[in-house]
Amino acid sequence: MSFLRITSPHGHGPMSTAGIMQTVLVATVPGIIALTWFFGPGTLVNIVVGGALALAFEAGALALRDRSPTPYLKDYSVLVTSTLLCIALPPYSPWWLIATGIFSSVILGKHVFGGLGYNPFNPAMVGYVILLISFPLQMSTWQAPRGLGEIPGVMDALTALASPATYDAVTMATPLDVLRQNQGLLMADLQAQKPQFGLWAGVGWEWVNIAFLAGGVWLLYKRIFTWHAPVGLLLALGLCAAIGFDSGSSESGGSPLLHWLSGATMFGAFFIITDPVSSAVSNRGRLIFGALIGVLIYLIRVHGNYPDAVAFAVLILNFAAPLIDQYTQPAVYGSRPVKEDEL
Amino acid sequence: MSSVSYKTLTHNGLWKNNPALVQLLGLCPLLAVSASVVNSLGLAVATLFVLTTSNLCVSLVRNVVSDTIRLPVFVMIIAAAVTAIELLMQAYAYELYQILGIFLPLITTNCVILGRADAFAAKNPVLPSVYDGFIMGLGFGLVLVALGAIRELLGTGGLFANMQLLFGEQARAWHWVISEDYPKLLLAILPPGAFIVTGFLIAGKNQWDEQARQRAARAAAPVVAGSKRVRVTGKIS
Repeated sequence: MSFLRITSPHGHGPMSTAGIMQTVLVATVPGIIALTWFFGPGTLVNIVVGGALALAFEAGALALRDRSPTPYLKDYSVLVTSTLLCIALPPYSPWWLIATGIFSSVILGKHVFGGLGYNPFNPAMVGYVILLISFPLQMSTWQAPRGLGEIPGVMDALTALASPATYDAVTMATPLDVLRQNQGLLMADLQAQKPQFGLWAGVGWEWVNIAFLAGGVWLLYKRIFTWHAPVGLLLALGLCAAIGFDSGSSESGGSPLLHWLSGATMFGAFFIITDPVSSAVSNRGRLIFGALIGVLIYLIRVHGNYPDAVAFAVLILNFAAPLIDQYTQPAVYGSRPVKEDEL
Repeated sequence: MSSVSYKTLTHNGLWKNNPALVQLLGLCPLLAVSASVVNSLGLAVATLFVLTTSNLCVSLVRNVVSDTIRLPVFVMIIAAAVTAIELLMQAYAYELYQILGIFLPLITTNCVILGRADAFAAKNPVLPSVYDGFIMGLGFGLVLVALGAIRELLGTGGLFANMQLLFGEQARAWHWVISEDYPKLLLAILPPGAFIVTGFLIAGKNQWDEQARQRAARAAAPVVAGSKRVRVTGKIS
């Protein structure tokens, strides 16, 4: 008899790419529900339009690169990219904003570098940053959350989609914006004066973040990623915020709780920086990777000019991921670590 | 010299060996000033002038300059040509001169120019050298203007803004706008836009060449359906 000649690896993960991607998509559902409840159907419309465009761009890019389109279109990876980008986009975005973002994500973020698994940067964040730099006005206009403003209906969302300019909605500065523009008010006074700050961090935002946290914990339970990167991010962000909080003076950068539950913190911690391709590889590396992103998020949020900092922080650390990998390479099993002077 | 045909020179300069798309020389000014058509055109004309003049002069002195000191001599010739075009632009297009700023004197260090002087003009007679300089400058300039047009169109939603800087007052009306509602893609006129658009231009050229090569290969060796491959089982459908 002849032996089957199969080369290593002999042990396979039980999950296929498509399976992982589907799990990630399911895990975004609580967050999307929270966004839809507090800001209306804009995010849902974004996701549907973005998904269709992403499939079209992916098919086009694969055709140009002479790849068979079906296996790549069926593995849901491009849908994960487009869904993550569309969650980050402001609700009620016009179609051209979504299209430019998806094009940047799929073509410039992924296919230019060789497709799935070869992208040095998180594709969704590439699209987001290109949009943020190109259209700062449209990208920093957020609908007021439920309870503070009227929520548009589905028809309004479709009108907004077709309009050439930004949809004229009830908009409001996000809690992070209010914090940045604070002029000499103590934190306690600021939170009492401005209606945006809800129970802990911001009306709507706190629940959106808690929903993404729930989805992320479920992914952790399903072993889609390890705990290192998200925990590193949250600990570092909390530590920075605790140091900068100084019991709430007018120069304070906001409490740890406010930073944890504001903007895109939980979304970034569990859905963006856990991307296996563009993050660091080893567990120790991921801890450092996440922690440095947390530090950068705090610094850019408090001292920068942009509404949120997750996208920039992630892209900068994507650059640094290979370097982190080089210094955190685990020792091979059975060998002792090589000392510096033996090299 | 009979070995150089003008047709080959033209094909090399404009397409096959294009300074900007294939040799990737002179990218610094290419990326820095190509945010609009008028800037691109200004720099393209200046580079074309310098390239032609320097090739002419280098070719004239090629037999009296020894190999060891040729590079300093070439650079001096190029610098003289650049000084001349700088003074000309100060006299006739002062505002454009101010916009192009440091990138005009920097033409001296543009690798295309020294490259052509050393690779071509130092080895060939005057007429082919002048022609080579002209056609290389044209190839560089066309890419520069195409890049400027794409970036201006994407970034501002219009074309030919501020053409009066180069062509006098009547050119002010050439400015053409797609639509007032056009959302301006700021990234295109920022530095990353230059890199991205250049990348797409190069990719487009490579794709075009690849298809042309395949067409030529197919035309040269027609495959008859049903014939067998060499030492391979199975039939070509």
